[in-house]
Amino acid sequence: MSTRHILLGLLAGGPSHGYDLKRRHDEHFPQARPLAYGQVYTTLQRLVRDSLAEVEGTDSDGGPERTLYRLTEEGSREVATWAGQVTPPAPFVTNEIFAKVVVAILTDGDPAAHLLAQRAAHMERMRELTALKTAPGSGLATVLSADYALNHLDADLRWMTTTQARLTTLTAQTVEVDRS
Amino acid sequence: MSNRPVPLLVARDLVKSHDRTPALRGAALELGEGEIVAVTGTSGSGKSTLLHCLAGIVRPDGGSVTYAGKRVDTLPEHRLSELRRTDFGVVFQFGQLIPELTAVDNVALPLMLAGTARGAAQEQAGAWLERFGVRKQEAARPGELSGGQAQRVALARALVTGPRVVFADEPTGALDSLASEQVMTALVGAAREAGAAVLLITHDAQVAAYADREVRLQDGVTVGSGVLA
Repeated sequence: MSTRHILLGLLAGGPSHGYDLKRRHDEHFPQARPLAYGQVYTTLQRLVRDSLAEVEGTDSDGGPERTLYRLTEEGSREVATWAGQVTPPAPFVTNEIFAKVVVAILTDGDPAAHLLAQRAAHMERMRELTALKTAPGSGLATVLSADYALNHLDADLRWMTTTQARLTTLTAQTVEVDRS
Repeated sequence: MSNRPVPLLVARDLVKSHDRTPALRGAALELGEGEIVAVTGTSGSGKSTLLHCLAGIVRPDGGSVTYAGKRVDTLPEHRLSELRRTDFGVVFQFGQLIPELTAVDNVALPLMLAGTARGAAQEQAGAWLERFGVRKQEAARPGELSGGQAQRVALARALVTGPRVVFADEPTGALDSLASEQVMTALVGAAREAGAAVLLITHDAQVAAYADREVRLQDGVTVGSGVLA
């Protein structure tokens, strides 16, 4: 995830200071890890260095003085290009569950029991996410983030069901490959 | 110690075959008072047969079904059908509403069969339609409703008599994900509020995630936490 481009996107709405950008980021992406202030300021400094943003001035608003940043024209072009680029679909996802199933076969473990236990853990997380998205007052950003996670966990579960159905063949092939 | 509710509906060692093909081969399940349990499994794993046995729609070949401490699989047909009318509500994949009746009359019907006067029954039915967001469709016949609307009318019909157990067999099976979300939110919300238990049959993990726990069926046998710890 590109924090740099997300901050540029937030600056497109008008000049902002670091604290405000952090707050808006965390509101738009409630399930993402909250941005650290340090990360926001370091990123802003790099954006200024690269001429994608510039200092508009300072405001104090009765409190400590804060630096206002605004987007440059180059910054506008950069964020538009980034947002328009198609995200490359992942070629192969690292699959720890598959690795554990294969190792369970190689070590005379119980891959079927492992898949069942993994299913229970996935379902538990899916129940938590469902409770989160259906709780009264959940904002649409929370619902959409939960939906994204639910769909990915669901994809894992479908894969596990298929793998379960193919365990006999997989076991035979894994043992054969290991012996050859 | 377990915090789980006391078992309201208990199935033990259920066996059932259809034309010599075994559908259930020793399935066990407990449903607690007010508990929502999802039964999942691949096609042909015996999910619907399990629901039919528990709801008293078919009789198992072997094993037992106990409801509120009493055997129900051995009840005579008239007692079984009375129990289904008073204590159970059922929703199927394709609502199975009566096509000639309006939405409100479909929902009022179970009340009228139990002796409630037509006017009072329609009033209660209307309140359920309101709750599920389909009051505007009360005069429509099932053929004029969208899939999601028809399922919400079917839910209202299942809940209108105040059942202690709602049996839902793939209630979202024919719906897209948004309509499915509306139906599940409506079902779970209403059941929780009424303290009704729900036995939910589904092949969809995202639907099963609305339940308190999952019971997995594989080749007619329950695996995992079919029985309360």
